[in-house]
Amino acid sequence: MDDLKKETSFEITQVINQSYKYGFVTDIEKEAFPTGINEDIVKLISTKKKEPQFLLEFRLKAYDKWKKMTFPEWANLTINKINFNDIIYYSIPKQKKTLSSLEEVDPEILKTFEKLGISLDEQKKLSNVAIDAVFDSVSIATTFKEKLAKSGVIFCSISEAILHYPDLVKKYLGTVVSSGDNFFAALNSATFSDGSFCYIPKNVVCPLELSTYFRINDKESGQFERTLIIAEKNSSVNYLEGCTAPQFDANQLHAAIVELIAFDNAKIKYSTVQNWYSGDEKGVGGIFNFVTKRGLCLGKNSNISWTQVETGSSITWKYPSCILLGKKASGEFYSVALTNHYQQADTGTKMIHIGEATKSKIISKGISCGSSKNSYRGLVKIGLNALNSRNFSQCDSFLVGNSSNACTYPYLEILNSNSIVEHEAKVSKISEEQLFYLLQRGISTEQAISLLISGFCKDVFTMLPMEFAAEADKLLALKLEGTVG
Amino acid sequence: MNLLTIKNLEASIDNVQILKNLNLKIENNEIHVIMGPNGSGKSTLSKILAGHPAYSNIQGNVEFKGKNLLEMDPEKRSHEGLFLAFQYPLEITGVSNYDFLRIAYNEKQKFKKEPELDPLEFMELIQKLLNKLKMKSEFLNRDLNEGFSGGEKKRNEILQMLLLKPNLVILDEIDSGLDIDAIKIICEGIKKNLEKDASILLITHYPRILDILEPTHVHIMINGRIVKTGNLELIEELEKKGYEPFSSNFI
Repeated sequence: MDDLKKETSFEITQVINQSYKYGFVTDIEKEAFPTGINEDIVKLISTKKKEPQFLLEFRLKAYDKWKKMTFPEWANLTINKINFNDIIYYSIPKQKKTLSSLEEVDPEILKTFEKLGISLDEQKKLSNVAIDAVFDSVSIATTFKEKLAKSGVIFCSISEAILHYPDLVKKYLGTVVSSGDNFFAALNSATFSDGSFCYIPKNVVCPLELSTYFRINDKESGQFERTLIIAEKNSSVNYLEGCTAPQFDANQLHAAIVELIAFDNAKIKYSTVQNWYSGDEKGVGGIFNFVTKRGLCLGKNSNISWTQVETGSSITWKYPSCILLGKKASGEFYSVALTNHYQQADTGTKMIHIGEATKSKIISKGISCGSSKNSYRGLVKIGLNALNSRNFSQCDSFLVGNSSNACTYPYLEILNSNSIVEHEAKVSKISEEQLFYLLQRGISTEQAISLLISGFCKDVFTMLPMEFAAEADKLLALKLEGTVG
Repeated sequence: MNLLTIKNLEASIDNVQILKNLNLKIENNEIHVIMGPNGSGKSTLSKILAGHPAYSNIQGNVEFKGKNLLEMDPEKRSHEGLFLAFQYPLEITGVSNYDFLRIAYNEKQKFKKEPELDPLEFMELIQKLLNKLKMKSEFLNRDLNEGFSGGEKKRNEILQMLLLKPNLVILDEIDSGLDIDAIKIICEGIKKNLEKDASILLITHYPRILDILEPTHVHIMINGRIVKTGNLELIEELEKKGYEPFSSNFI
C-alpha cells in the first residue's frame, strides 16, 4: 500500500475511533448485596423487594435450573471465563424513603440522566414519550404515568407491577421466555432486579411512545432487568429502549429478558438503541450483553416488530425473536449492528412460523470496523401447519478496514411445501472511489464515511420512530465521526 | 491572473510512471483542452489534481490560486474552488441527492465562514438551479446517482458545479456515454453557468465537443507529458494526421 492510501485508512481509523461520551460515573451512595450468587442471595432479593410467594418460587426454580446449565459455547464469540460469583446481583441507590415524586430522587441521579440527554422532568419534556428510567438495579422514575392511566395503559417498573398487579404478572411472566429457556434467561429469572412493565388494554392505541432508559452505574454489579409488555386485542404500542454505562476496565454483565405478548390484531413495535460501553481500543472493559428477547404473536393478525441499533457492548449475544402462532400473524426484525476495535457481536433473530399464513421479514445490516467480529445468526422455521407462510430475509455486511470480520449464519427449516422463503445476503467494503467522490465535493472524510454508512443502514433507520431515528443517527455519528450535518 | 500552474509534475501508480515532467499553466477565463490517446495519462492528471488517494510518488509543483495544491486534502481543494466533473459519477445507495447537495453546499459555506442553510432555505436555492438546468425536482429525492441514466448523471454533475461555484472546472471525458444532443445540452449548460473568471480544463479524445466549448488552448498529451500546445488549428492537424506524428518525437 502506498503512503496516501495509508493516510486515508488512517483517517478512517481516527474517524471511527471517537471516544465514548457516556463513560462517566455517578458518585452516589448505594446499597449493594455481597458479591456472588446462591439460594440465599436469590431469597434476599425477593425479600428486599417484598415480593409475593409465587415470585420467590419462580426465582428459586430458575436458580435451580441455572445451576445445572452450562455456559453456551456455540456462538461465534471468544469470551473469557466469567466468574458468576464475582458479580453483585443487587445494587440500588440509597434512598431515605419511598419516592412519590421526582423531587425526592437523588439530584445526582437526575443529573446523570440529564447528562445523557434524558429529561425526567415532565414539564421540560417536549417529545411525546413516557420514560421509565432504570439505574443499576432499580427503576428511578416513570414519567407521564397519570396521562397514561387515563387511557387505561399501565406503564411502571416491573417491581411495582409485581406489587400492584400481581395477577397480570403471575399470568404472563415467563410464558414467552421460560425460566429455563437458556443459561442467561435462567440467571435473569432467578435474579432480575427491575425493568419495565407495560399493559395496553383492549382497543387502546397507546397515546404516548413508551421508553425505558437503562443505566449501569456500579462497577461490579450486573444488570438483570426484565421487561414484560402485553398488548390486548386491537391495541397497539410503540416501545423504545436505550442503554448506556460508564467506562470501566472490568467487564460488566448485562443479562436481560424481554417478553412481548400480542393478542388478536394487536401491534407491538419494540425499538432498541443499545450503546453500552464497548471497551477501549485494545478491547479492555466493556459490557457483556447477553439478552433474550422474544415476542409471542398469540392472536390472529397480530404483529410484533423488533428494530435494533446495536453499537455498544464488548460482547453482544442477542436474538430478538417472534413466535408467530396466530393465523396471519406477522413478525419483523430490522437490525443495524456496528462493531469496532475488539467488539464482538453475534446477533440476529428467530422467526418461528406456527400459524397459518404467517409472515416475517428480516433486514439485518452489520458494519464491522477495526478488529471486530460481527455475525448475523438467524433461524427461519416454517412449521408443518404454517401453510402459505412467507419469509423474506436480507442480510448485508459492510466491512471497514482490513482486519474486521463479518459472518452470516442463516438457518432455514421449512416443513411444508407451500410456503415461500427468500434469503439474500451481500458483503461490501467501503469503496475508495465513492469516498473520493464525496471528498471532491468538499465533504470531510468523517462525514463521507458516516453518509455511506447511514445510507447502508437506511432501510432499518426508516423503521425507527422519529425521536429514535435522530438518536440512532447521533449514535452512529458518535461511533463514526464528530458531528453529522 | 494565474489560476493553475503545474511545473514538472511526475506521478506513478504501483511503480508505473504515468506522468512525466508535465507542465501546464491556466489563467482565468480560459478553456483548455487536453487531448491524447487512451492511456496517455489524461484522466490520471485530473485525479491527481483533485487529490485521489491512489496516486503516490507525486513530484513537482502545482499551484492553485497561489497556494500549494498538492499539500491540500481533497475536500480542501474542493473548497478552494477546484471541481472535477467525473467521467463516471458514483452511485451511492441510501443517500438522497438532496442531502448530499445540502451537505456539500454547507461544507463550502463553513469553509468560507458564511452562514449554512437549513433544509427549507436550501430547497429554495436548489430549486432555482434546477430550473436553470430544466431538471425536475424529483431528482432531489432519488438516491445519489442511483439508477440515473448517463445523461442524468452528467446533468447532476453540472448541478453540483452550479451549486459549488468553482474557479476551475475539470471535465473528465464528460462526453462518454452521451449522444451528441446530450453533449450539447451539457456543454451549453456548463458554458452558460460558469462563474465569472472561471476556467475549464477539458479532457477528451472526442473532437466534436470542442465545437461547442471552443477552447482557447489545445494541448496534446502522449505518454504522460504534454508534447504540443497550440490553438484550435492544432485540432485540425490532429484530425488529419492522428497522434502518430506527435508521439514519434518523444519515443
